[in-house]
Order: sequence, then C-alpha cells, then structure tokens
Amino acid sequence: MDRRRFLTTTALGLAAGASGTFPMPYLARAQAAPIRIGLLAPLTGVVAAGGREMVDGFNMYWEENRSEVAGRKIEVVVEDDGSNPDVSLQKARRLVEQGRVDMLFGNLLANTGLAVANYVKGTGTPYFIPIIAADDLTQRQRIPNVIRVAGYTASQTTRPLADWALKQGYKKIATVSQDYTFGHEQCGGFAQRFTEGGGQIVGQFWHPLNTADFSPYLGQLANAGADAVFAMETGADATRFMQQYANFGLKGRIPLLGAMNMTDQSVIRTMGAEVDGIVSCAHFAEGSDNPVTVDFVKRHTAKYQKMPSLYGFSMYSGAMWVAEALKTIGGKTDDRALLLSTVLKTELTGSPLGRPVKLDSFGNPVYDLYIRKVQRGADGKFWNVPIETFPNYSQFGPYDPAEYMKQPPYSRTFQGIKR
Amino acid sequence: MSRDLASVPAGAGPAGPSAVALTPARLIAIAIAGLALVAVPYMLPNYYVSIATQVLIFAVLAMSIDILAGYTGRTPLGHGAIFGTATYVTIYWSTTLGGSPWTGMLVGVAAATTVAAIFALLAIRTSGVYFLLLTLALGMIVWGVCLRWTSVTGGENGIRGSVRPLFIATHSAFYYLVLTAVAVITFVMWRFVNSPFGLTLRGIKDSESRMRSLGYNVPLHLFIAFTVSGFFAGIAGAIYAMFNSFVSPSTVALTQSVAGLLMAITGGIGTLFGSFVGAAAIISLENFVSSYTERWLSILGLMFVLIMVFAPEGIVGRIRMILARSKG
Repeated sequence: MDRRRFLTTTALGLAAGASGTFPMPYLARAQAAPIRIGLLAPLTGVVAAGGREMVDGFNMYWEENRSEVAGRKIEVVVEDDGSNPDVSLQKARRLVEQGRVDMLFGNLLANTGLAVANYVKGTGTPYFIPIIAADDLTQRQRIPNVIRVAGYTASQTTRPLADWALKQGYKKIATVSQDYTFGHEQCGGFAQRFTEGGGQIVGQFWHPLNTADFSPYLGQLANAGADAVFAMETGADATRFMQQYANFGLKGRIPLLGAMNMTDQSVIRTMGAEVDGIVSCAHFAEGSDNPVTVDFVKRHTAKYQKMPSLYGFSMYSGAMWVAEALKTIGGKTDDRALLLSTVLKTELTGSPLGRPVKLDSFGNPVYDLYIRKVQRGADGKFWNVPIETFPNYSQFGPYDPAEYMKQPPYSRTFQGIKR
Repeated sequence: MSRDLASVPAGAGPAGPSAVALTPARLIAIAIAGLALVAVPYMLPNYYVSIATQVLIFAVLAMSIDILAGYTGRTPLGHGAIFGTATYVTIYWSTTLGGSPWTGMLVGVAAATTVAAIFALLAIRTSGVYFLLLTLALGMIVWGVCLRWTSVTGGENGIRGSVRPLFIATHSAFYYLVLTAVAVITFVMWRFVNSPFGLTLRGIKDSESRMRSLGYNVPLHLFIAFTVSGFFAGIAGAIYAMFNSFVSPSTVALTQSVAGLLMAITGGIGTLFGSFVGAAAIISLENFVSSYTERWLSILGLMFVLIMVFAPEGIVGRIRMILARSKG
C-alpha cells in the first residue's frame, strides 16, 4: 500500500513536474473534509523508543473512538522529527504548508518543540504539546496557539517533591542531573522550593547527556553528606544511573528521589530490584488504584503488551482533550481562535487520571500531583504507586505567576537557591 | 575512505582543465538550468519552493567543501561548524542583540571566515585521513562550545527569533533573493577554481612535492583555499539563518559537515555544479521518502552505497564521463 502510493505519487510528480503543474493529493480529497492532525514524533534518533510510544498512545485514543469526532473523520499524519530540531522544523513546515493539517501535535525533546513553536508563532497553527516540558513555553514566552494539553512544565512536578522531602525530615540534599535545559528546570524547581523551606542543597552535579560511567559523580554524592539524593535522568542515562547507584552500594544508604522521567515505565519496565523504593512526583501514576487508571493500564497492556509510559499516557490524554473541545464546537477547525479558546476552557473529565483536570490561563494543566514510590506490583513488575497527593497544583505552584516570572528562567547558574 | 574519492586521478576525473571553456553547449545547459530555477515558484506549490531554497543554500555549502575536497585534495569534515558559526552569529546579532539582520549576516560571514582561518592554520600541515580527523575534531570543538555556552547560545534549545525582513517573508520572494545571491556566489566560485590560483590548487592536489619544487608556496595556497572555502560556507550559513530563523547545536554538529560532504560527493567531487545535483538529491530524499517510511535513513544509506559502487565520481562526474566518451 505504502509502496504503491509512493510509486504512484512519484510517477505523477515526475509527469506533472514535466508538464508544469504539480498534484496536490491532500487537496483533492477535500470533499470528505476529515480533520487532519499532524503528529510529529521522533521515530529515529536518540529518543526513538519514546517516540514510538507517543504514536501508540495517540493512535490508541483515536482507534478507541473510531477516528471520528463530531461527525468528522480524523486523519493523523505522522512525521518523523528525527530527534533533531532542524528536521522537526522542516517536517512542521511540510505538514502545515503542504499537508494542510488543521493542527499539530507532538514532539518529545524540548529543543524540537521549541523550534516548532517558534514556527507556528508565525503561522497561527494550533500546536499541542503533551510531552514538551520547557517551562517558558507556557510562561515567559507564551505563544497563544501553543497549548500544553495533558503535559506539564519541567519545574511544576519537582516542587511538591521538595515539600515532601522536607516533611520526611531531610535537611541536606545533593542533586545530580543531565546538563541541559530540561534538567536545569527540573532541578531548579526542586532546589528553590527545598531551600525556601529551610533545606540545604549541599552539592549540584551536572553531567553530559549519555554518560556511561557515573562513578565520579556517585563518589562525590556519597561523600556530600546528604540526607537524600535528587536525581534527574532520562532514557538510558536513567537506567545506568539507577543501576550504578545500586552497584555502588548507595541504595538503601542514601534515599533516592527522582524527577518523574527517571522512574517512568519506559525506563523501569526492563529493570529489576535496583529501582525499588525510588520516590518521584508526577501527575500520572500507573500504579494508582483509581478504577479509571486501572482500566486504562489494562487496555494499554492488552494492546501493546506493556504498561503505559508517560509518553503513551500524555498523548492519549492530549488527543482526548482536543477531541472533547472539538465536540463542544461541532468539529469546526476553521475558526482557530474558537478552537484554541475552547480547548483552554475544556475541563477534561474522562482522562486516565480518573479526576477532572483543567488548564490555567497560560495553557498548562493544573493537576492533583502524586508523590509516587516504585514498588513491585501483583504481577511482579515494578510500577509507580501514589503515596501522597498534592491537589490542585499549577505550574507556578505556591507562587504568584506575575511575581514568579520576574525571576530569570532556571539554568545551570540560576537554580533559585535561597541561602 | 573519502580521501580516496577526493583523489580520483585527474585524467579519469571530471575536473580536467577543459572545464573552463564556455562552449555553446555549456552555455545552453546553463541557460536551461537557470530558466528552470527561475520557474520553480511558478511550477511548484509553496512548500516545495522552501525545499528548493534549502537546496540552493546547501549547494553553496557543498560547493565550498568541493573547493577543498575536489580541487585541493583535502577532504574537510568541519565545514558544518563553519557554516553553523555564521548561522549562530547572524541569529544572535539580530535577535539577542536586536541588530539588523543584514549587518548580522555580514558579521556572521566574518566570524565564519575567522573560524575557517583558525582551522586552516591548524589543519593545513596535515593531509589525507589526518586532515579529515583534525577538521572533524575542530568542528566538534565549535559544537561543544555551542552546546555548553548556554548563556549565549541557548544550549540544546538554541536561539529562536524571526530574522527575515518582511519584504522577503513569502517563500517565493525569499527564493528569488536566494537564487540571485547563489547565482553570483556560484559564478565567483567558478571563477575562483578556474583562476590561475585554482589551477595551482589542482596542481597541489595532484602532487604537492612537484608544486613545491616548482617554487609555489604550498602552505600559503592551502591556507587561502581553506579560508576562502570557509568564507563561502559562512555565506551559506548566514543565508540559512534567514531561512530557518532558528539555530541549535545540530546546525554545527558533525552530521551537518557529513551532509555537506555527502552532497558534494553525490553530485560529483571536483565538478562544482555537481553540488546542486547532490544537494537536490539528498534533500528531496530526506523530505519525500521520510513521509512514506521511517526507514528513510536506510534508503539514504543504500543510495550512497549504490552511487559509490556505480558512479564513484558522482552523478555529474558520471554524466561528464559519459558525454566525453560518446564524443570519442
């Protein structure tokens, strides 16, 4: 099918190119008027595994709903962003200018999302980012047509974790993190909140992405005199860090707290006892006993033979969010302003979270955030089980938005630490 | 490996001295190609016009690499970094500093030329695979700086902003501006490689010791060739800044250098104009095949293997050989 389509379009393209016109296959089908959604996901490159789960989660929602909203068919056009911002930008242009999509969804890495966001700022195309967590996209550099449906900002979920850590009596914490913006933001949220609550950050260690050997950092962490360690790791770094943390004998000696990506299903589903007991904070916990979540996890596991990761959950819920808004306005995608304002107003009730979620005026969700602990489930697999809830927690947490945005964005040099 | 490609013997290779003459047949070919390029915005939908613009920009990068790889016998793997330096500086100038994008482009090209000159000082003493590796390492340094110097370069996230002035905001207006610029640049480069200086470079490529014994200052020639090549890569990078309005470390990464070199090789090393064919082939493959299969990288790889097996002298190089043979 695909090959045939490729051959015919190529042949047509060549023939038409010679005769001076070019076919526009996408326009030719306009009479059926489906809603066209461009989905940008990294199917190749360093985060390809996560990209696959994004597409799966997104498709799962549409398949369960017969790819239809308000009487209009949904057509999803998937493009590979190659885990690369330049490729993302190129593909976004392609989807908008040639594919004539009504809206864009997706991207995983912050730099790819920021590149696409900068582009849609000019075109006005609605762009939904359930995975991109870059703080400023819904804060200091808010773009009205970019909405973080079912996503979160990087520093949003690490603040409650700091509060929780203080409650446990931890006075001194050392942080270790991947050295890039996403890490700076997650660590910053934690460090600022923890020090404002009277705690002390006794050391911050930044390592490059794809660090194979953590022993230099683990040695310093062991001798930092910390009551607990906060780690921000993603992907293969997360796997290696947690393994080496256990191998180094630090597990059980110094409690390990993590940013949510570190103990996400995409990381821990292949791991063993070394992940046991790690505490993180997130809006989604696959080990929740909420019946709606239980049902979602069951459906996802039946369909893809694995528990949903954050990627799958977020894309599924993001699709649902926009679908609900489309139902409200009868599937009218032509009026972008109406679509965007409706999405902003839509309170999502049916998501796998099992509780209603709404967006703040900056287009970022306000969640009941869970403190989660990695535990062994009934089937012997590790998952994140909620142990405490911080209700109604926005991206600004306890701060006043206007006041908060006066401080600089988190970076390696600015972590909001109060001395 | 690439070194071998770069040193296809001059007799069998496409870059014979006769390439200079403007025969009627060549003039006609150039006129047809020029007309086709001018007609692009009338024939293709908007999106393809932006692809065509990208092809032109990357053709300049590939040609700048060709000056070294094809005419001087030194295959560089650091030109992506030189290209990207201009992109970074242009965007930094016009967004963070708030200056005019045109001045930004000038500053960007100057910065790229400076970087190229520094690279040249360090790299010209080597040749072959050592040159390849040294330029690769130098390029990685630029990449590392762009990645880590977060306060200026924005780190992983890069710098964003709209650089393009309003009057060239549409794809076709910008295309014509780029086309004009690229036509001028191509002419200058063509003059450069066919000048006595360019012929000396070819002499160096064929035999460095002979040129030295003939009294030529080989290191100086290499230095100038590298810097001039970097200057053109910088122009491409500055135009790319206007095209993309966004820059991140991936623009200065090794993949960019490799992409430029592959375009030059695919089109035909030492043919200059082959770069247009190479850039068009690779960019269109990237853009069209990738929407049909996520295995597009494998297809790209397969294409390179096939080209290396059946036309190691590149597409344009092959065509020239066939034409030369048919003439007898």
